[in-house]
Amino acid sequence: MSASATALPTLSTKDLSSDQEVRWCPGCGDYSILAQMKKALTTVGVPREKMAFVSGIGCSSRFPYYMNTYGFHTIHGRAPTFATGLRLANPDLQVWVVTGDGDGLSIGGNHTIHLLRRNVDVKVLLFNNEIYGLTKGQYSPTSRPGTKTKTSPVGSVESPIRPLTIALAAEATFVARTIDVDVQHLVAILQRAAAHKGTAFVEIYQNCKIFNDGVFEYATDKSVKAEHVLYLEHGKPMIFGKDRNKGIRLNGLKPEVVEIGKDCGPDDLLIHDETLSEPTLANLLSRMVNPEFPEVVGVLRAVRKPTYEELMDKQAADAVAKKGPGKIEDLFKAEDTWTVE
Amino acid sequence: MTPPNGSSGVITPPGTPSRNGHHTVQEVESITIRFAGDSGDGMQLAGTQFTNTSALLGNDIATFPDFPAEIRAPAGTLPGVSGFQVHFSSTDIHTPGDVLNALVVMNPAALKTNLKDLEPGGYLIVNGDAFGVSDLDKARYKVSPLDDGSLKNYRVVRVSIGKLTREAVAECKLSPREADRCKNFFALGLVYWMYERPLETTLKWIRDKFGKNPQFVDANSRALKAGYNYGETVELLPVQYKVAKAKIAPGTYRKITGNEALALGLVAASMKAKKTLVFSGYPITPASSVLEQLADMKRFGVKTLQAEDEIAAAGVAIGASFGGAIGVTATSGPGICLKSEAIGLAVMTELPLVILDIQRGGPSTGLPTKTEQADLLQAMFGRNGECPAAIIAPQSPSDCFDIALEAVRIATRFMCPVFLLSDGYIANGAEPWKVPAVANLPNLEVKNITEPNGAGWGGAAHENGAGDAAKYLPYKRDELLARPWALPGTPGLEHRIGGIEKQDVTGNINYDPENHEHMVRTRAQKIENIALTIPDLDVIGPADADLLVIGWGGTHGTITTAIERARRKGQKVAQAHFRYLNPMPKNTAEVLARFKKILVPELNSGQLLWLLRAKFLAPAQGLNKIQGRPFLVSEIESAIDGMLK
Ligand SMILES: Cc1ncc(C[n+]2csc(CCOP(=O)(O)OP(=O)(O)O)c2C)c(N)n1
Ligand code: SF4
Repeated sequence: MSASATALPTLSTKDLSSDQEVRWCPGCGDYSILAQMKKALTTVGVPREKMAFVSGIGCSSRFPYYMNTYGFHTIHGRAPTFATGLRLANPDLQVWVVTGDGDGLSIGGNHTIHLLRRNVDVKVLLFNNEIYGLTKGQYSPTSRPGTKTKTSPVGSVESPIRPLTIALAAEATFVARTIDVDVQHLVAILQRAAAHKGTAFVEIYQNCKIFNDGVFEYATDKSVKAEHVLYLEHGKPMIFGKDRNKGIRLNGLKPEVVEIGKDCGPDDLLIHDETLSEPTLANLLSRMVNPEFPEVVGVLRAVRKPTYEELMDKQAADAVAKKGPGKIEDLFKAEDTWTVE
Repeated sequence: MTPPNGSSGVITPPGTPSRNGHHTVQEVESITIRFAGDSGDGMQLAGTQFTNTSALLGNDIATFPDFPAEIRAPAGTLPGVSGFQVHFSSTDIHTPGDVLNALVVMNPAALKTNLKDLEPGGYLIVNGDAFGVSDLDKARYKVSPLDDGSLKNYRVVRVSIGKLTREAVAECKLSPREADRCKNFFALGLVYWMYERPLETTLKWIRDKFGKNPQFVDANSRALKAGYNYGETVELLPVQYKVAKAKIAPGTYRKITGNEALALGLVAASMKAKKTLVFSGYPITPASSVLEQLADMKRFGVKTLQAEDEIAAAGVAIGASFGGAIGVTATSGPGICLKSEAIGLAVMTELPLVILDIQRGGPSTGLPTKTEQADLLQAMFGRNGECPAAIIAPQSPSDCFDIALEAVRIATRFMCPVFLLSDGYIANGAEPWKVPAVANLPNLEVKNITEPNGAGWGGAAHENGAGDAAKYLPYKRDELLARPWALPGTPGLEHRIGGIEKQDVTGNINYDPENHEHMVRTRAQKIENIALTIPDLDVIGPADADLLVIGWGGTHGTITTAIERARRKGQKVAQAHFRYLNPMPKNTAEVLARFKKILVPELNSGQLLWLLRAKFLAPAQGLNKIQGRPFLVSEIESAIDGMLK
């Protein structure tokens, strides 16, 4: 093999920028995600013509227009279905789905679940701003109880969906969370998602400057964030806090926040393992919600299972191995025929 | 001895003596027979076997299976009756027949629901064992119709099918239930004897089907032979009937249903187009069998996905088309409702998509197992905005093969969604299909663009400022207004498409009012341009006909037969059949203007009629039936008589 055939394509972020004017509100978290996405993709070794971004409808779903790759801005909530079809047609492509909390969990909740359970090799980025941005500020399925919006003027009475819990329940093989302004973490998680084989589900906390400004301040404000965010690392104990003196311990089946040195020693803390075949630990982490708990960011689960495409290809190969590649004539004569002279 | 009357004309009236000399064999042109029984009685199977045998004997055939909506309604009740009608003939036929020459009923419920279709003097073969008090009660008979004289106009042949079957299989070590399940083969054997059909095809089928259970092979074979021998030994009927081979064009034939033909046509199209077929559907009657068959064709390069719903099915198909495959989805009316938004996206993004709508009675869940042609206007208009799509319709089960190829041709040539409006009647009905020579199939190979089209596509600069010759312009169009299909993975052609209005040529998002109007009109004109690539509307019949009968879809055979009869009566009637409904053939206006009287029979309240009147101000009249059942030839015949009075 020649050297040029094995060399990874090198892309600059400029190569990945389309000529379209970006039209999100100034200060929108989407800008950062777009910038980090380009940065992440410069290193994944996939040429830009082999990348495709598929989105539904919402502010976040404008994303494909801004990438100089192939892109498909589809209909509300259905991006996972188009992405699945695209992968079936061309398993060479690296396919990303960009979706919002309304798009991916409300109208498209069903498709998200089915994409995950099938383990199609698609990377889903859920931009969670806990609000409907594009339709100007109605509550979303992730809005916290009591959230006051135009359609919940005295506060939402609905229980919010936990996106990561849903993803795990749908047997997702890669589940992670990151934050729009935590740029290094965001880049690293996007790269991990890119490298995963199977459906990757990444929840990104994204600030909607206009309709829900500051919902994630507890997780982004430098002065308090260490108390509220737990960075997961595979094989490491779960420690957080400005002074790195707090951790998560398991009490029976319940996690609890403990102070190291006061309530327990460092060896009593939960150790993170993203590779467990049963997603019990990941599930528990996905359910830790501020203010009772720190919220986890990082990779909750990363396991390898055969993808939908691999299983399908195998069935096709088996069918060919058994009876040979099909010819049209075989099809015609699959039933009894008779000849009229 | 009077021969069966009705549609079947007697060809050789003097009977030839049979082998033992006591009864005669008469040759008739065609016979229509129906097997009717409880859904558990295996009537579909008996009917299908009879059809296969007749087809292999060289008869022309047409079938009409009629299923109850309930999977297993309580045994013996009226809603549980399942029927299978076969019309077999020595001449070219187009319908499963109006009137039955013979009816086999396995129980009183089947008798009650089917008797009205049997011709006076027709053969009524009754399973006499199933007429006990409780059987009669379940069918809501107060007294047995076998005893009260109400069947005196028919030739009733009462056979203890149940008892005789049990005796025939006595040695096979079956449970009483299993033994009873062989009844349909006994009945089939009997009918094989009546119509002089050989048993081999069915015996072979039984061996293939039950190969793993030798006792079932034995029992069913015995039941079949017992039925046949019973007919022969007891000299059941004074006459046996014989239907000669049909004179059909030489070639290799097989029997095919509409849905089978669609599946084969799609695979053939994908092979001719050298593209992967990606088919995604969500189960719904009567469309499911297309997905079921394609799912079993993996070695032909077909990829199928059973989606989570119809929206997903459409999304998968469109996503696949974006990726360069042939994206196809199939459903029935309720599923089309769900797919509407996605179809709008395919119209907007100008991607190929084939949508099979196997219509059934509506609205809503409607009549799931019954046929109707009432989705035409939905296909035409059932989306938001100005959203034209191509619409074509097969005219018979075997035509489904050709029209599937045509759907793929239009979708890929014009970069647009194509509705293929089949229906339950075509989907399940069967007829002989002449296996085509692969070399004669249309070449559907599509060229995907691999270089930016700025230069090659008519020069550099243009009014939208997209003068960069090195840039791919997704909405730069060819002479028929189709846009170029660039596939993800092709270097240098990276582009974005989507459902927001696009600037012509560049494909950039654009809300400019004039651009929107231009794009709406362009998309409509593109669909109109399909007419430049399709045949003219063919008018069959005298140029000076007093009446033109116009049909579309599955009513073709019935209309054709009615017109043939009208002509035999000396009426001047012409026929035109629309395979292309949007756009319609170029000469449509001219054809409509030629006739003073126009009749449009449809299994809806007048949807094509509505279009013809609206588009062409045609003075047409409708003949409309909305009963979940196909037309009878006689219904169209009398409408023709009415129009010509
Ligand atoms: C079928 C349909 N229903 C409703 C809408 C209107 N709509 C557009 S975006 C949206 C919600 C967007 O919210 P989210 O997914 O959270 O994305 P964000 O704008 O916040 O990024 C809605 C309801 C639509 N476009 N299509
Ligand atoms: S409305 Fe909110 S989410 Fe949408 S662009 Fe503006 S800031 Fe971003």
